This record gives sequence, structure tokens and C-alpha cells, in this order.
Amino acid sequence: MTGPADRPRAEWPLYEVFVRGKRGLNHVHVGSLHATDDEMALRHARDVYTRRNEGVSIWVVRSDAVAASSPDEKDPLFAPAGDKVYRHPTFYAVADDVPHM
Amino acid sequence: MTVAPEVSPEQESELAAAFDATIARHDRIEPRDWMPEKYRATLVRQIAQHAHSEIIGMQPEGNWITRAPSLRRKAILLAKVQDEAGHGLYLYSACETLGVSRQELTERLISGQQKYSSIFNYPTLSYADVGTIGWLVDGAAIANQVPLCRTSYGPYGRSMIRICKEESFHQRQGYELLATMMRGTDEQRAMVQESVDRFWWPALMMFGPPDDDSPNTAQSMAWGIKRDTNDELRQKFVDMSVPQAERLGVTLPDPGLVWNAERGYHDFGQPDWDEFYAVVQGSGPCNAQRIAHRRRAHEEGAWVREAATAFAATQQVATQHDEARS
Repeated sequence: MTGPADRPRAEWPLYEVFVRGKRGLNHVHVGSLHATDDEMALRHARDVYTRRNEGVSIWVVRSDAVAASSPDEKDPLFAPAGDKVYRHPTFYAVADDVPHM
Repeated sequence: MTVAPEVSPEQESELAAAFDATIARHDRIEPRDWMPEKYRATLVRQIAQHAHSEIIGMQPEGNWITRAPSLRRKAILLAKVQDEAGHGLYLYSACETLGVSRQELTERLISGQQKYSSIFNYPTLSYADVGTIGWLVDGAAIANQVPLCRTSYGPYGRSMIRICKEESFHQRQGYELLATMMRGTDEQRAMVQESVDRFWWPALMMFGPPDDDSPNTAQSMAWGIKRDTNDELRQKFVDMSVPQAERLGVTLPDPGLVWNAERGYHDFGQPDWDEFYAVVQGSGPCNAQRIAHRRRAHEEGAWVREAATAFAATQQVATQHDEARS
């Protein structure tokens, strides 16, 4: 822990930046930046990540507020999806002459 | 995002095998994956050096912003220098995913512990240099960076993709500037030639020492961090630049530069590698000035960073009071 006297010297918090490229698309993670608060993070995100009309909307979120799955759990976490091939359309054989499918 | 947690030695060989398999598949390594310490250290060194180059690279061109010959050129130069700052920030952000803080990176730059590209230790003596830097220096940067879009470390590759898109503007504005001067007076044409004479060799040095003197290249290529050797990239850059120089009407200052039909590439002379090592070691014309300027900007900006932090803290307290009352 840093004492109050040290606090101003501490690094600004890290924010993750997500940009919606255009209407109809998801916000996509583009990188991170440092800011003292949400408003400054949005302003910096505009300057750093959207200098050429790359976005119509920006989300910023403090990096320490992001919960992430661990790469170590890759197998147990994603295994339930691995053995359910019947969730994919290609699992089903349909005659070639059936139209619109 | 945080880095992967500590592992026991037994788990390590298993993790190393998974890492090797990912590299062998030409798949990407992501921040929370386990990685060999040397891989991490190599990336930190390379990405930091790259980020520092973008940040220091603002200085030689920033030198001319107040003396741009027209409003059009001034707007272009401002946008370009702002882009360099942006590139530095993308790269610092990628570097931080490896577990180094921005503050540490800045400290290592201004203390001289970490390097930046030696090209920025040369001065900009005329406005033609703005054009030459765009054409040759950014051109060399593009030749270096395009293959890095496929580098094995995900965040680095993604930064490089963003940067390469923007570098294209940088190179074209430089070439256009020089072409405009070449259509001008004899004096202007002489300015362009003089500028190209000064920057050609330092631009060739940007690819780093010859392969025989580049001890880290083999390991970096095995890890997929680097995709081409220094000499391969230098050759590519020479071959791209020759027709551009002809079209522009300038001479590249290398009497040994000649097309080799047998090889299908240009033969060319070697830069003065003693000069290269001297500049890297700190005796270039502008090394001290560049670092002093960066240090001053950092130190004189300290009160702004502190005030912004203090302001955010008071805002937070005010918000909490409001919430408590409602």
C-alpha cells in the first residue's frame, strides 16, 4: 500500500479501450491507456485510437475491473463446447437438391 | 491485464512444450500465456526500443513545426508528429502487457538504460529533411514493420498493424514534399539532394548491424518475433528506393549502388558501421539533446500528472458524498 503522501506520484490507472468501428458492429478491444478518471480516459482514447474516423463509439473500463478466464483453464473451461458437434449446421446431412438451405 | 502466475519447475516443462507448439503452429502468444523469461525480456527490449523511437522521433520533425513554409505543410507536419506520439502509446500499451509499467519504461529511456533508433540522433537542418525523413526514414520503418504485423506476440502484432496503416501517409507526404521541391528552383533541388545525401546512410543503418554481427537474430526468428534478417530487409529497402529516387530525380550517394542482373537485386555499399556503433553508444550529433529534452518534458510535466490525480481523488470523494446523501 502507498501512503497518502506517495499517492500523487503513483502511476495513473490503466484503462482498456473498446471501439465500435461503425454502426452495426461490436465494440472491439483496441488497446489500453492511462488516465486519472473515466472522462479523461474517454478523451485520451479519442486522441490515441480514433484519429482517422476509426470509431463511432468508445467504451473505456479500468483494467483492474476486467475479469478474465485463465489460459491454464483452457481445456476444462471450453471443453463442454468441444464435444457438441451437433451445434454446428455442418453436422446435418441434407440432400443437395433441397433449396434455400 | 496481469501476467501469468508463478509455476513449479515440474509444470514448467509442460508449459514450455505448449509454448513451443503455439510458435510452431505460427499461432500468437497472448499476454496471460506462460512464456520463457528470455522471450518476455527480448520482447520488452524490442517493443520498448520501438516505442522510445516513436517518442524521440517527434523531436527532429517537431523542430520545424513553427517554421513550416505554408499552413498546409504545417497542418500535415502537426498531424504526422501527433501520429508518432500515438504510435509510441500503442507500443507502450503493448509493452505493458508483458508486466512492465509505463513509469519504468520512461525511466529506462531517460536514464539511457534502453535505446531508441539511432536515426533520431541526427539533426534536421532544412525543411527538405521533413520530406526525406518521410520518404526514407519512414520508408525504412515500413520495410521493418510490415513483417512485424505477423510477429508471434499478439499485442505487438496488433500495434504494428495500426502503425503500418498510418505510416503510409507519412511516407507519401514526404515523397510529395520532395517532388514539389524538385519541381521548384535549382536551389530547392540542391536542398533535396543535400538532404538525401545526409540521410541515405543513416537510413540503411536503421535495419541494424549485418547479420554476422547480430547475435540475437537467430533466436528472435526461431521465436517468430522477427520474420526477416537485418540484411534481407536492408536489401528490400534498397531495391524499393532506387526507382523512387530515379523518379524523383535525386542521386543516392553510393558509388557502389548498381543493379546486379545475376542476383536480381541491387548491389550496394555498406554504411560506416563504426559510426553506427558510436551513435548507438551515445556519441551521435544529437543524443544528449534528445534525452535532455525528453527528460525535461517528463519532469516539467510532473505537476500536471500530480494535479490530475489529486483532482480525480477529490471528484471521487464528492461523488461518494452525493451517493451517501441520496
